[in-house]
Amino acid sequence: MSVNTNEAGLFSSGVVDQVPSENGDQVIISLKHVDKHFGDFQALKDINLEVVQGEVVAILGPSGSGKSTLIRCINYLEPYDGGDIYVDRIRVQPGAELIEVRKDVGMVFQSFNLFPNMTVLDNITLGPIRVRGMSRGDAQARARELLEKVGITEQMHKYPSALSGGQQQRVGIARALANEPKVLLFDEPTSALDPEMVGEVLDVIKTLTDTGVTMLLVTHEMGFARHVADRVVFMEAGQLIEEGTPEIIFNNPTEPRTRAFLEAVLAH
Amino acid sequence: MDLVQTFFNWDVFVRTLPMLMQGLGKTLMLGFLSILLGLIGGLALALLRLYAPLVIRLITIAYIDIFRSLPVLVWLVIVYYALPFVGITLSPFAAACTALTMISSAYAAEIYRAGIEAVPRGQFEAAQSIGLSHYRVMCDVVMPQAIRLIIPPLTSNCINVMKDTALASVVAMPDLLKQATQAQALAANPTPLIGAALLYLMVLLPLVRLVGLLERRFARGRV
Repeated sequence: MSVNTNEAGLFSSGVVDQVPSENGDQVIISLKHVDKHFGDFQALKDINLEVVQGEVVAILGPSGSGKSTLIRCINYLEPYDGGDIYVDRIRVQPGAELIEVRKDVGMVFQSFNLFPNMTVLDNITLGPIRVRGMSRGDAQARARELLEKVGITEQMHKYPSALSGGQQQRVGIARALANEPKVLLFDEPTSALDPEMVGEVLDVIKTLTDTGVTMLLVTHEMGFARHVADRVVFMEAGQLIEEGTPEIIFNNPTEPRTRAFLEAVLAH
Repeated sequence: MDLVQTFFNWDVFVRTLPMLMQGLGKTLMLGFLSILLGLIGGLALALLRLYAPLVIRLITIAYIDIFRSLPVLVWLVIVYYALPFVGITLSPFAAACTALTMISSAYAAEIYRAGIEAVPRGQFEAAQSIGLSHYRVMCDVVMPQAIRLIIPPLTSNCINVMKDTALASVVAMPDLLKQATQAQALAANPTPLIGAALLYLMVLLPLVRLVGLLERRFARGRV
């Protein structure tokens, strides 16, 4: 398996000249006073967030609180209209450098969004071939490793429609990893899955937490968030209400809104 | 003098067949060229209409709307008979090809647009998220899916273009219909016209069947 080589090969590159934050870690994602409107509706209000390399951040909050919008701004699938977002010190904005940002930021979608016109293997090799300039052979070798990692090598010549939801999402994860990103964004990766398939996807995500890749995870799986996250961020009505370690947020949140939300979702 | 002798006169048919075949050749050449150029032009128009800066987009919309409203015959007559007044003289073939292409590309543009818009947003987003350029997003992900969806209506459009080639006889292009009317005059018998109609059917009926077949196949398929 290539987990270790990845770690050495990728996640260390470009780190040397990075600005360390106060505690000596490398800030890889930085949001400063980010605002986002949909027409008159303000989806994000003055969001400030810094994520350091290798950190796993879970973003929680009620539906419509702006969690998905927030992570979609990070790779500019959603344009933001105020403030600044930096990924690895590149400002996220339209232009040639956006491709550079997106190379380094993999995304896993709620509804998988696999390319239905391509086999599983081609879904995964598309990025490395087109974006990283890898040869087809190298890209396929890498895709095989990734499929092994997510446990579906035997499906690689099938089309996505022939796969179960859980399998499709694991391909989605492999595809997001194919460009060897520094950051992975998860937009409710298990919300569209049948309950019996949630576990297999969470298991795969959990294995990634040890690889040193930075992860932002929007999820409703509270138990999972608590288990894997280094830090939990709670959002409501487009605002970042509270953040802290899972222990603090889940056991002893300071904000009444956080407490009310957790009571509501953990009550059943 | 019976019906068969009048409309299906074998001697006349055999005598005029070479003329009809010449006409058929011209018709097919005009048809295929106009279809090809229309498909290319239509794609360009659709992309401009969807993604160009506002002014170009508005011009494109105007173009598409105008040429979808204008009767082919009217535009053909203008291209052939009116343009010489401003110094542009086209051969009958060039005039017909220009008129047909301009109109069929407007129709094709709308079909392409519908196809592109039918590809789910998530597909664009997934393609963008892995770092593909706009061009690659379209080539590798969006168009392959869009074209699958629009092959039936696009084929339909091609059939219409092929049928409209008959209008070229108005500008004295020796296409199948023109040759048939001339043969009819020479032979003083309408058999060549019937022969021409049969030749049109031989070319177009299989295409019409094909559209039905494609529609059923794609209705079943994934995407």
